[in-house]
Amino acid sequence: MNDESELLRTPLHGWHVAHGGRMVDFAGWSMPVQYTSIVEEHQATRKAAGLFDISHMGRLIIDGPDAQRFLDSLLTRRIDDMTAGQVRYSLVCNEAGGVLDDILVYQIQLPEGGLSGYGLVVNASNRKKIVSWLNQRRGEFDVGIDDKTAEYAMISIQGPKAIEVLDAVCDHELTSLRYFFGVMARVASFRSFVSRTGYTGEDGCEIICDAADAGIIWTRLIERAEPLGGGPVGLAARDTLRLEAGMPLYGHELSEQINPVQADLNFAINLRGREFVGREAIIKAQKNDQQSVRVGLQLEGKRPAREGAVILHGDEPVGAVTSGTFSPTFERPIAMGFVKQTAAAPGTPLAVDIRGQHHPAQVVPLPFYQRGK
Amino acid sequence: MKPEDLHYAKTHEWVSVAEVAGQKIATVGISAFAVEALTDLVFIELPKVGAQVEAEQPFCEVESVKAVSDVYAPVTGEVIEVNKTLPDKLEILGSDPYNEGWIAKIRITDESNLANLLDFTAYEKQCAEEGH
Repeated sequence: MNDESELLRTPLHGWHVAHGGRMVDFAGWSMPVQYTSIVEEHQATRKAAGLFDISHMGRLIIDGPDAQRFLDSLLTRRIDDMTAGQVRYSLVCNEAGGVLDDILVYQIQLPEGGLSGYGLVVNASNRKKIVSWLNQRRGEFDVGIDDKTAEYAMISIQGPKAIEVLDAVCDHELTSLRYFFGVMARVASFRSFVSRTGYTGEDGCEIICDAADAGIIWTRLIERAEPLGGGPVGLAARDTLRLEAGMPLYGHELSEQINPVQADLNFAINLRGREFVGREAIIKAQKNDQQSVRVGLQLEGKRPAREGAVILHGDEPVGAVTSGTFSPTFERPIAMGFVKQTAAAPGTPLAVDIRGQHHPAQVVPLPFYQRGK
Repeated sequence: MKPEDLHYAKTHEWVSVAEVAGQKIATVGISAFAVEALTDLVFIELPKVGAQVEAEQPFCEVESVKAVSDVYAPVTGEVIEVNKTLPDKLEILGSDPYNEGWIAKIRITDESNLANLLDFTAYEKQCAEEGH
């Protein structure tokens, strides 16, 4: 753990501290893990609108004549068919098919000859690695690679009332904004990029704005969210929300030792008619019936399984937990982990070793939680 | 029991010692400060009746949504009773930590560490310092 004074701070750091945020070191950033109770913040998101400071995430701009070809050579998912404002989830892999990061790609086209290129939102823990990977792979491509993380802030608003709250302070009509699309808009009068994206399993938006404007935007949104039962949400509830939504977290379900096929992210792989780093390894992985695969687990009892807990099929160890918590929505322990394919079918009765005791568990389909349409 | 009348370990367990038939019996639990700091408790693994526990060593585990935490025995002795209602009613750790929320009763076999326990004033001071 770094000394608090050495940690990076988001533009909202002062607000978090002043409002009871318990600050922790997260990937070198001082971030609020919770303000009140994890369960309350979780439920505020599921029932109303949760506000998340996600300014710690890396924001990169890739522009120049070869930007599209360059990214298409590195991302598991094609981007040559993206249209203005579109956002796409993709993976960045190494030659061996190991995941370097999972990212969002934004197709950016500003009017009046402004910036045209791609925005990447990368994990805070991987930002430096990805910047250096991009530079290493630049070769003959005529591209600009700029790390704009410090210049911008990023706020996520998630939950069934998120659109209502944001719409009230946004000059763009958001109810018609398509999922995984974004627009340049004014939020609380400040120029921002608003996309219908998130990491909670709820409807909502993510807002990228100038660092200097983040405080006012955040405060306006808080003021509107709180009367509806919403409020600020820390990293702990962000984790329980994404886990219920079955979403992988880098460093847990994703790493350089894990390929996208194992992680059950086939939707984020486009093989046809394109070349990209890791493609051959991914094709091999698709035929590999020996590698372990990501599954969801529902446990009996109340005790959560934590990362590293061994998963058993009968007496045989078949894998390990990568994320586990007590689900506030289902009020029981849930987990994700990797197990042998022979133990991966939904319904398979397994057990998890928690501090020497075997707790019954069952493979269940992901996601655990899906919002009502 | 009132918090003012209890003694505390630096690790946030409370202790109330009573004389029963010539033996010193400690009732122990975790302080309101600890419960608030942990937040979102979902599980407790009670110690076993009959277990020999040693002061300042883990003797019980609590899990919050976020993490597992050890509870340390504030005295040395034998566990003679545990609060069996707790595992299914963990919210009483928050609502009534010093009465209904007791965790275990320990028959003290070695009194030497009792002097290390803090009184209420000293414990409050420690909490105020940690709260910063």
